[in-house]
Amino acid sequence: MVPNLMIPELGHFALVLALCLSFALFVLPMLGAHYGNQLLMHTGRSLSAGFFIFICIAFFCLTYAFAHDDFSVKYVASNSNSLLPYHYKICAVWGGHEGSLLLWILMLSGWTFAVSIFSKSLPLDMQARVLSVLGFVAVGFLLFMLMTSNPFDRILPIPPEDGGDLNPLLQDPGFVIHPPVLYMGYVGFSVVFAFAIAALLTGRLDSAWARWSRPWAIMAWGFLSVGIALGSWWAYYELGWGGWWFWDPVENASFMPWIVGTALIHSLAVTEKRSLFKSWTILLAILTFSLSLLGTFLVRSGVLTSVHAFANDPERGIFVLAFLAVIVGGSLILFAFRAPVVKSEIGFNWFSRETLLMGNNILLCITMIMVLVGTLYPLISDALHWGKVSVGPPYFNIFFIPLMGFLCLLMALGPLTNWKRTNPQQILSLLWKPWLISLVFALIFPWLYRDDYKISAAIAVFIASWITTALVADFIYRLRNSDSFASGLKKLSLSYYAMIIAHLGIAVTLIGVSLTSIYTIERDLRMEEHQAVNLLDYEFTLRSLQKVKGPNYLADEAFISVTYKGKALDDMHPQKRRYYARGSTMTEVALDKSLFRDIYVAMGEPVSEKAWAMRVHIKPFVRWIWLGALMMALGALLAVADKRYRKKVQVSAPENSTGVIGAGLVSHE
Amino acid sequence: MSKQRLLLFIPVVVFVVLVLFFFRGLSLDPNEMPSALLNKPVPKFLLPRLVNPQEVRSESLLQGKVSLLNVWATWCATCREEHAFLNQLKDQGVHIVGLDYKDNTVDAQRWIAELGNPYDEILIDEDGRVGLDLGVFGAPETYVVDKRGIIRFKHIGDLNKKVWDETIQPLVKSLE
Repeated sequence: MVPNLMIPELGHFALVLALCLSFALFVLPMLGAHYGNQLLMHTGRSLSAGFFIFICIAFFCLTYAFAHDDFSVKYVASNSNSLLPYHYKICAVWGGHEGSLLLWILMLSGWTFAVSIFSKSLPLDMQARVLSVLGFVAVGFLLFMLMTSNPFDRILPIPPEDGGDLNPLLQDPGFVIHPPVLYMGYVGFSVVFAFAIAALLTGRLDSAWARWSRPWAIMAWGFLSVGIALGSWWAYYELGWGGWWFWDPVENASFMPWIVGTALIHSLAVTEKRSLFKSWTILLAILTFSLSLLGTFLVRSGVLTSVHAFANDPERGIFVLAFLAVIVGGSLILFAFRAPVVKSEIGFNWFSRETLLMGNNILLCITMIMVLVGTLYPLISDALHWGKVSVGPPYFNIFFIPLMGFLCLLMALGPLTNWKRTNPQQILSLLWKPWLISLVFALIFPWLYRDDYKISAAIAVFIASWITTALVADFIYRLRNSDSFASGLKKLSLSYYAMIIAHLGIAVTLIGVSLTSIYTIERDLRMEEHQAVNLLDYEFTLRSLQKVKGPNYLADEAFISVTYKGKALDDMHPQKRRYYARGSTMTEVALDKSLFRDIYVAMGEPVSEKAWAMRVHIKPFVRWIWLGALMMALGALLAVADKRYRKKVQVSAPENSTGVIGAGLVSHE
Repeated sequence: MSKQRLLLFIPVVVFVVLVLFFFRGLSLDPNEMPSALLNKPVPKFLLPRLVNPQEVRSESLLQGKVSLLNVWATWCATCREEHAFLNQLKDQGVHIVGLDYKDNTVDAQRWIAELGNPYDEILIDEDGRVGLDLGVFGAPETYVVDKRGIIRFKHIGDLNKKVWDETIQPLVKSLE
């Protein structure tokens, strides 16, 4: 250990330097923009780079401490163990509060750096203000980290022999990527927030502003979609229960920014194309980032109980709350004074794309408010002495399902309508066929699929098929004037394809969510060696039971062979693991995955020497939940790659041809 | 200031209210039981039985011997993990009363049929009213109730071997 003695101190020092740089980043470009000082405004870019580099150094130092089992560092000692496999040692870096905060800041510095590189085409003062706002956010988080949650704190003079190990739930490939992707999304919204604040400060709330913000918002939204999906996927196979969404406060904390972010990317479209909804869009941009910060507060302060919550510390809670109050309160006050008040002059007809997008925004905001209320209700009720209560999935499902169903019904209309005014007659002539096809398909599907007819499945299939067929109808309609199919395809813009793919993604997720919930079959089966048990058309035979030794655990493993209607499927090997360091047990699920159904086997408890209680699920369409999210993210990627961002940039800044489009692409890699 | 401008202040006002709640929330521990209930009798209730919802039972069934009052629900992931351990406790002769909290009765009956029944009695608290009186934060939760029907301890989260061996079993022993 002697040669590495200084590494954690180096990391600590890098954090302090990063704090100084981010403070300079907050102050200097803003002063420059205020007084019109070119030199000061130009400091923004190099300060961003410095901030990014020093955070990278700090992150590397912490990773190094983990990789080399430096248990004199308190954070390492409580989140790692010498027996932990190497790749999990690396991702144990973000396995606890301090390290995940460092990851948060790393993402923030990355986004800041990306803005400084890819926003050369922005007016200099705008760029300076955006970077300054990001610098301010960074100052807050770095202060938080250095004052209350320093990951480099040492346990001296006597460091522990070995570490307490990473929580076994987190020792999983899903956990390697889930937090970074999720944080990319969370933190990505800070960029849009910074744009919004800069716009409020300058009063320049035009469609150019919306065009600059849009790719950043879409990119962050794409990351967040994937991040949430990864979390759900991880919960599905790691918690050993077969659930994929629990309406847990922390899940809600990531879902609320997503909901408002979805409203934001649609509202930005209206602001860009029609210069409408300006104040509203600004408010959404502020809200999205505020909800990301709120999530941070909820997870790290201990005001709510959750499976994800980090160890509580009231001091941390006060700090995050104060920071939240300054940044959100400050920006909302700024909003109240500076947001443009438009004389109510409606520039669009009752049936137009604007109306539908307004509907989208209203429905999404109601949904967000309901989720927020459900999440905070235990806290509010407690504070008002109404008693301690908990809010469970029944509450969330009761409003969420109808609201989303309605939203999806409207969603099918959106792409077909025109800005300003649309002729209902024309929509009707385009859409009666999709409507009819969807209706017939929806009525038949539940009847073909299972013996007992489920109305709810018919409704879900109808909505999903309605979205899909309406998109197809629109697609065909847009190709009507082209000479050939291929030339028509080429004429359609990339952002149009992006919209199609993302909307289809919603339909796919909707099918996954609904049909899994409706048709899942779960049984707890007693399995005895060499005896077959049946579930639907599946037959499970427990072949043998054995003990398996892993690097840091000992497991019971079952070897189960499965047949479907007499045909052999892959063998399944579920495990029940006992981890040495913490003595905790973990269920390692065996999955037989396919597009149309998952077979899910988890070991329950031993019943006798040769028999176990096994939890078996047949989950139809469960993959579709996450497939849909990937399609949404692909849509986001294509939208950012659309050449109109490039074109506009070339007009305003001919010396730089990569511009905003590169931003999305590069930061995605 | 124009009327429309005033409307723009609504978000700030809402936010300030929220911050006040959060500030209050920081000094409250969500896991802490209302101190009023510790060493107090179990709140009065009259609840239907899961095995036969026509019949009801009252808090008197928690009197006479030391019991565990276990709050569970089929929507609760951890309860499933916990269930197997409760089955073991049942075999050791521990008196356990289940409170099926904010749940669907049919699902709960199926759950018991599938996973076994570790409870001496299961009561249905469908609207969570009794849970509210008890100060249930979420499921699972377990209350230790002494022979006189007085709550002696509350455990939040799953009851596993470690919790049982280290905390609850010694307490139950001392109360007997």
